[in-house]
Amino acid sequence: MTLSSALVRLLIFPGLLYAFAAAWLMEWLYRKVVARAQRRIGPPFYQPFFDFVKLLAKKPVTRPALQGFIMTALPLAAVAASLGTISLLPVLQDRGGFPGDLVLLVSLIELVPLCFVLAGFVSRSLFGGIGAAREAVLTLSYNVPFLIALFALVIGAGGFSIASVASTPTWAVRVPALLALLMTLPVKLHLNPFSAADAEQEIYAGALTEYDGPRLALWKLTHVLEWVALTGLWTVLAFPLPGAAAPVRALLFVAVSFLLVVLLAIVSAATARLKTAQIARFYWMWGLGVAVIALIAALIGV
Amino acid sequence: MSLIDTLVRTARRRSPWLYHLNAGSCNGCDIELVACLTPRYDVEQLGIRLESSPRHADIVVISGPVTRTTCEALQTVYAQVPDPKVVVALGSCPASGNVFAGSPTIVGPLERVIPVDVYVPGCPPRPDAMIAGIAEAVAILAGDKPRPVPTDVPVVPDATETGVRS
Repeated sequence: MTLSSALVRLLIFPGLLYAFAAAWLMEWLYRKVVARAQRRIGPPFYQPFFDFVKLLAKKPVTRPALQGFIMTALPLAAVAASLGTISLLPVLQDRGGFPGDLVLLVSLIELVPLCFVLAGFVSRSLFGGIGAAREAVLTLSYNVPFLIALFALVIGAGGFSIASVASTPTWAVRVPALLALLMTLPVKLHLNPFSAADAEQEIYAGALTEYDGPRLALWKLTHVLEWVALTGLWTVLAFPLPGAAAPVRALLFVAVSFLLVVLLAIVSAATARLKTAQIARFYWMWGLGVAVIALIAALIGV
Repeated sequence: MSLIDTLVRTARRRSPWLYHLNAGSCNGCDIELVACLTPRYDVEQLGIRLESSPRHADIVVISGPVTRTTCEALQTVYAQVPDPKVVVALGSCPASGNVFAGSPTIVGPLERVIPVDVYVPGCPPRPDAMIAGIAEAVAILAGDKPRPVPTDVPVVPDATETGVRS
């Protein structure tokens, strides 16, 4: 891989340029699909961009220096982690280069909820604390099936490279593992029916209750970048397409990512919020069950 | 006017987020405001969202005649909203006290407690009138329209000190 192709991958696709464009378009698509499901018209496509600019231009309230620093550093770290996840997705790996290391990707993905939980507690708001505690409990529940499903794929592939993890395991491992990963997407993105963590109106704005102006803009950006990163990771794992040409891979990657957004938005619009304990039970029963099937299939080598 | 300035003003016009505060309202104005979010009016087309935290808001929408118990909360919440911010008084109660005028349990009108930029009269006002009022608030927010000159109504300086909080 030459320097120029590495830069193209990091800065254009699937790096920074694609990440920002897709993130805002995905937020718009989500809001539009939910609006259409409720027989409303919904926001215009430029809405998330103007929301971001407006929040950046607001004057933040004055805070004690250390608290202000931490409340700015946490969302910045979360934005950096999700941008890193997207840039490292091996969408075009056929043309050489970074094969994608699952351990690195998962650690970057898990950094975002960690920052989110810390952010809720350092804001020293009662509702921020409740939201952060809920998110921490949910992290423990959904990460069990999420990580076991990834372990199953890794055992089936015999390595941590995403290219081999995506294409080597047998269908008996891949189908339940991908299903378990798909089940964890809505809770990772704080969508109904698993939206207990930032339950809007119920606990005000959850962990983000105290975040204002530019800091809130960074959190909103993190949230939509997570959309791109997580739907992208699932797409890369589900459709490895060995031997396909680069434009085909890129187009399929974009198409499947946006289809996943539509699917998640429809589920979100059609369901109501569950309680934290119900969500934890769901993931420890059904999510874990599906993930363990994949793990057993990988261990006995079906 | 620089490019960034134009961009910021356009963004403020396109994305006003509301925070709604009930200062002793009878719930009439409140349900009419919620009606703005329904399919019939669908203010999300205009980028308007009802936010759940005052820290996220640009426009504070206040209904009710401002009772003694809500006076302190109003001042606290108003101070929590980051600048630039605009206050919309919803209905006749915050403007004049309406049928509660002269009651010992109210502190209103609202401009005694916090500065008010836009009044939407009515008991309750129609959702159309509320959207028109919010549009006026957006124009003030984006700098297209000047803020109204404050009136010389005697102001309650701090609710806790003056003892208006019962």
